[in-house]
Parts: sequence; C-alpha cells; structure tokens
Amino acid sequence: MRFDNYQTDGFFDEMFDAQGGPRPGANLVMERINALPPEELVRRQKAAERALLHLGITFNVYGDSSGTERIFPFDIVPRIVQGDEWAIMEKGLKQRVHALNLFIHDVYNEQKIIKDKVIPEELIYSADGYRKACVGLKPPKGIWCHITGTDLVRHGDGNYYVLEDNLRCPSGVSYVLENRAIMKRTFPMVFEACSVQPVTDYPSRLFELLQSLAPSIVGGPMVAVWTPGVYNSAYFEHSFLAQQMGVQLVEGRDLEVNRGRVMMRTTKGLERVDVLYRRIDDDFIDPRVFRSDSMLGVPGLMAAYQAGNVALANAPGTGVADDKAIYAYVPDIIRYYLDEEPIVRNVPTYACWRDDDRRYVLENLENLVVKAVNESGGYGMLVGPHSTAAEREEFARRIIAKPRNYIAQPTLSLSRVPVLTDDHFEGRHVDLRPYILYGTDETFVLPGGLTRVALKKGSLVVNSSQGGGSKDTWVIDSSCPPTLSDPSAA
Amino acid sequence: MLSRVAESIYWMNRYIERAENVARFIDANFHMILDLPRGASEQWQPLVNTTGDHEVFAERYGSASRDKVIEFLAFDRENPNSILSCLRAARENARSVREYISSEMWQQLNTFYLTVNDAARDSHSMDLPHQFFVDIMMSSHLFVGVTESTMSHGEGWHFGRVGRMIERADKTSRILDVKYYILLPSVDYIGTPFDSILWGALLRSASAFEMYLKRHGRIDPEKIADFLLLDTKFPRAIHSCLNTAEISMRNITGQPRGTFCNRADRTLGKLLADMDYTTIEDVLDTGLHEYLDQLQSRLNQLGGAINDTFFTLRPVAPTGEGRAE
Repeated sequence: MRFDNYQTDGFFDEMFDAQGGPRPGANLVMERINALPPEELVRRQKAAERALLHLGITFNVYGDSSGTERIFPFDIVPRIVQGDEWAIMEKGLKQRVHALNLFIHDVYNEQKIIKDKVIPEELIYSADGYRKACVGLKPPKGIWCHITGTDLVRHGDGNYYVLEDNLRCPSGVSYVLENRAIMKRTFPMVFEACSVQPVTDYPSRLFELLQSLAPSIVGGPMVAVWTPGVYNSAYFEHSFLAQQMGVQLVEGRDLEVNRGRVMMRTTKGLERVDVLYRRIDDDFIDPRVFRSDSMLGVPGLMAAYQAGNVALANAPGTGVADDKAIYAYVPDIIRYYLDEEPIVRNVPTYACWRDDDRRYVLENLENLVVKAVNESGGYGMLVGPHSTAAEREEFARRIIAKPRNYIAQPTLSLSRVPVLTDDHFEGRHVDLRPYILYGTDETFVLPGGLTRVALKKGSLVVNSSQGGGSKDTWVIDSSCPPTLSDPSAA
Repeated sequence: MLSRVAESIYWMNRYIERAENVARFIDANFHMILDLPRGASEQWQPLVNTTGDHEVFAERYGSASRDKVIEFLAFDRENPNSILSCLRAARENARSVREYISSEMWQQLNTFYLTVNDAARDSHSMDLPHQFFVDIMMSSHLFVGVTESTMSHGEGWHFGRVGRMIERADKTSRILDVKYYILLPSVDYIGTPFDSILWGALLRSASAFEMYLKRHGRIDPEKIADFLLLDTKFPRAIHSCLNTAEISMRNITGQPRGTFCNRADRTLGKLLADMDYTTIEDVLDTGLHEYLDQLQSRLNQLGGAINDTFFTLRPVAPTGEGRAE
C-alpha cells in the first residue's frame, strides 16, 4: 500500500506539505510504508488490534449481552511532530500551566486579578468549576493543578491553538503509553531509526510528583490512585497508572477518615494514606462538602485535606480555570501573572456576555462554532457551517436567554493525517493532547501526547464516545536526518 | 493489603478453579459414556447433580440430555456456575485488581475468557469436545503456573491459594458424594468391565486415575474414597487441599501452627486437625454421604469466616454484584 494517490484536499496535513511531499521527519515513515508489500500493512494493523484486545484495552458495547467488546480504534500510521516545533510548544505549555496555577491560587485567596479588574468577578463565581469550599485553601507547596492534559489543534495556517485546558482529571495518557508499546512491536526498525522521544518515563515522573506532595511524615509516603470503580470509562487507565507506579488503587469504599486522617481498609485493619491521585470529580469526593448523594466519596475527606493530613492531586476547585468563559481570558492571565506574551495561541473567542461580541456572534452564526461553557465531550455545540437554519435559531434563542453560558469561536480547519481505510489512505482530522506534570522543582511535558482522530470521514469530533480513535505521536528530532541501517527492514 | 483486593483475588482463583472442575467433570463423563452400552444417556443427569444446580436445570431445560447439559454447564450465561460465567466473573474480579496482579496473569485470564466466549458462539466448538475441555483445563493450569512464577508470594498470592484450595476441596467432595452412591448400587455392572470404567471415570473426574493406580494398584471403592478424601500427597485430595490452604492461612495471619487469632484460621485449623486424625473406616462408620455433607457445610462456614474476618471491614457494601457460592 502506498501514499502515491493520497490527497491532502487543501487541508493542512501533518505528514505531507501542500505540494504532496513528505514533511521533514516524515519521509522515512513514508518510504518504509511504501516499501511494504500491499497486505503487510493491513496485517500489522490487524496484529496491533489483536494485541490491544488481548491486553484488555477495551470497552463494552452497550446493550450487547453476548459479551462483545471493542478496542478503542487505533491507526498504526504514526503522527509525526517536528522536534523544533515541539520545543516551542513545550515552553508554551509550561508557561500556560504555570500562569493557570497562579490564577487558581489567586482566585481562592487574595483575588488580585479581580481587584485589578482583569476578569469580572461574576464570571468567576458563576463558573461551573468554582468551589466555594476552596476559598482560603492553601494546598501543599501552593500547587493546585499537578496534572494537565491540554487539548491542542492545528489550524490551516499551520499554527497550534489551545482548545481546552483540562485541569481537572484529564484522561488518555495510558493510551499514549500503550499505543507506544504497540508501535514498537509494529514498526521496530523505523522506530529505532527515527529517534522518537520516549514517553515511557511518565509513570515514574508522576509517582515522584505525587510523593513530593506528601505531608512531612516519618517513613515513605503512601500514595494511592483513587478510582470511581470498574464501571468508569477510564477505569483501565486508573488501574494502569496504579500498576505502573506500583501504588494502591483504591475506591471510595476502601477509604475512611479516622481522627482527621484518611485511612484505607486492609486485611490487617486501617492503614494511613498520604497522597491521593484522585480520578473522580470534585462533586463526588466528600458528601459532607460537595454532593451529599455521592456514593463514591469519603465523608470528612475535605476536612482532612484542609488540615494538611492528606494531599490531593489535582486540588479541588481547579475547574474554575477550565471554564470556557475563563478560557477567553487566559492570554490576559498569562500577561497578568508572568508579564510575558503567551507562546501558544488561544483560539480567538467571542464572549457572548459582552454586548459587542454577542451581536457579532448572532450575526455570524453560520461561520462560527458556538459552545456551551459548561459542557464537554463535544456536546452542547453548534458547528455553524454544518448547521441547519433551525439549529441556528435554537442557539440564537439560547444565547439571548443566557449569554453567560455561551462562547463562540471561528471554525478552525483542523489539520489532517493519513489513516488506513480498507485498502488505501485517507485524510482524517486530528487534535493533540499533551500531558503536563507541574511540580515544585520542574515542569514536565510528555513529548507528543495523545493524538485523537475523527475516524468518520469529514468529521471534526475526535472524542472516543463519538467515533474517535487514536494514533501514536512521534516527536522526532528533525535536526539530525533519520537513517535506517538496513533499508529493506521496516 | 486492601480488603477489597484480597477478596477479589480470592474469588478470581475460586472461579477459575470452578471452571476447570466443571470442564473436567464434563470431559470425564463424555469418556465414560463412550465406553458404556447404548442407552446410558441417563448418566448426564448425575453430572448436573454434582454441581448442585439440578433444580435450576430442571426448571429451564427439563430432562437431561448431552447437548442440554453441556449447554447448561459450559456456555449458559444465566447459570452463574457455567464455565463461561465463572470465567467472566474471574475476569471481572481480575479487572478490579489488575494493578495488583501481574500483567501476565491478567493477559492469560483475559485470553482464556475471550477464547471460551468465542467458542460459546461457535456452533462447531463441540465437534471435538475432548480437545475443548482439555484446553480449558490447560488454560487454568497455565494461569496457576503464571501466577506461581510472576506474582510475589505475598499476602495476595496466599489469599488466592486459599480460595483455590477451598474451591478444589469442595468440588472433589461433591464429585465423590454424587458418584459414589450412583456407582455402589449398580450391581449389574459388578465384576464386568463396566465396573472399572465407572470407577475409573470417578477418578478421572478428579484427574486422579493414574496417581491412584500408583498408590493403590487396583480399583477398589473404599480405597478410592480414601484416596480422594484423605491422601496427603495428591493435590486434588481434600486433605491435601486443606493442608495447603492452612499453610497459606498461617502466612496471612502470621500464626504458628496449632494456634489461632481469628474465626477464619480457627475454623480451618480445626477442620484440618480433624482430617489429620481421621481414617477411612471412621468415615464409613459415619457414612460417606453424611461425612461429606458435614464437610461441605464446614467448608461453607470457612468461606463465611474468611469473608467476615478479612473482607468485610466496611459498614456497607454499595455494589450490587452478587457472588455465586
């Protein structure tokens, strides 16, 4: 199978330039795939899928009682990211996460940014992720958001833009690690020749970060990953990370607060827990403070946290900076706290609560993407160019009724990558989610991150709940041209 | 270790052991029937009785036939003790402790389940029944071997072994109980080749045929009962299972032999001590069926004591996942 007839269709393609030639770093991958016998690539794709099935990286098909399971679709053609472009992005993400951490701390403490009138007060209090219970909170080492999974897209102009910050419980990093393991099996020779930046040290970096949060105590800190349970869609990841870090995986029913400390129920009685990497939303962690109907939470947890007896990653309340309305202000947030210009771009955002912006949005609905600020996963969205007049009318009504709930952005032309479809390659839209670990000493950005692909032809929705798949992301050092010792090997 | 994790490892092992035993029962029955005169199809009903699910079976399937019994015991999703259901439950338990067990264990069990699940939908899977059931037994052995050599022999491993040994003891006691009484009155067959075919099938149901012959040399009902109950070296003999379970229990509690610190290790220690000093004559004096009946209820008490002692420290159990005993 060859790339000869592959069409970029006028989109920005991650592998080929506008003239159809491979981008720097992509030529080796292209040559190797072109050199494979026609059935070989399909055979490797099938082998990769079988490996994922047997590894149990699957989800259940809803409503199917015969026990059918599907893997998350995976495409074996890697997405190539140039090393020099990545270096800039890495700097930009560190800058952004640093500023957002300062912002969250400020919001729940001095509120300088409100007093200096950079962000309207009511916007913060009305943010869905704002937690009153966090006012005055001083989390260990002053860090709120330890783990971030920023969603980026590349527009037709060739620039990356931040789409969402995902400061609460970003998921997907386990797929990065498993995809990489599969790719090393699938293209061992190409992989070696491309000197791809490694991702395998993520769990140990995460573990060090979590350990560093422990309240100062005698003996090694007890770290645990806290999962809502096996029925959670990200359960595989919770289990995977606990295993890779060698820590306990706990559920709410394993925990209790005893004399101000968080304890887990073991076969030998209660044992103290020092750090919880919680993969459960703020609302459910403590029924005494947040949602009282939470069956997943631990009564008294927040009190233990506020007393400094346990560390939580991420801290509760980080969602305030994840709000789509606050998003519009992130460039101002970076300038305000760091006195620097943002390195990674924000998508130009029209805030419907501003009169001028709202007027513009209502007049240009067919060209814009309108998003409800408190929805995620691709729901509550109007994609103007693909909408009907009735849908636009409906959204106009909603915007007028509740301007605070809506932002609008120009339609981005998401970049594409080649994916294997039956017997040829076709372009599909992608995004990119790098993972950032923010600690006291250093900030680590996982090279590459999760590339999500909208597998439906023409679709812009990459979410796995709506037909998305994934690819391995190779950050390649483009300064040294890759070489393959045996040109016939792939 | 977390109570929940210990419980899942314990049940994961019990379910795999259960699936293996059901496969062996069916396989041994197949072989036996092939050697018997025509019209021996009534031999499928006792197999259902062995599992203790005969009432459910009668209700849903009516009278026993080969195909119905195999469907019920191997593939029926509604039967919590079918091979497929056991493997599904084992895998769900494994999934919930995936970070605790080794990846090799998880993958082996996952592949095991997927294979049987595919077979359940394949109309040709029973073309070579022997191969199918042997594969199941081998997959179970493989799981035990992978567990042995990839998981640290710590507390979790010992909980797993306790679970496997209790399940195995229970299954051996059931097969002995059901078969012994079917076989004894079959006077028609006494002294005929069928006599040793039937008794041989009982031994094969516990993979005990060859080891029994090495130990006792010829088929003798009393010695067979002795072997399956009281032998200390054959790994499926009840006495041997309890011995192994007790060693693991002491590793969990840290108690020296002959002492106890909770209801679980006391129940097990007492049961083992009784067996240590029991002869087959004692058993036959009591009556084999009565003895096995009592043994099974003591095994159930042991399971309950383990549950209360180690697994249920929590005031409420929010999940509705039922567990078939």
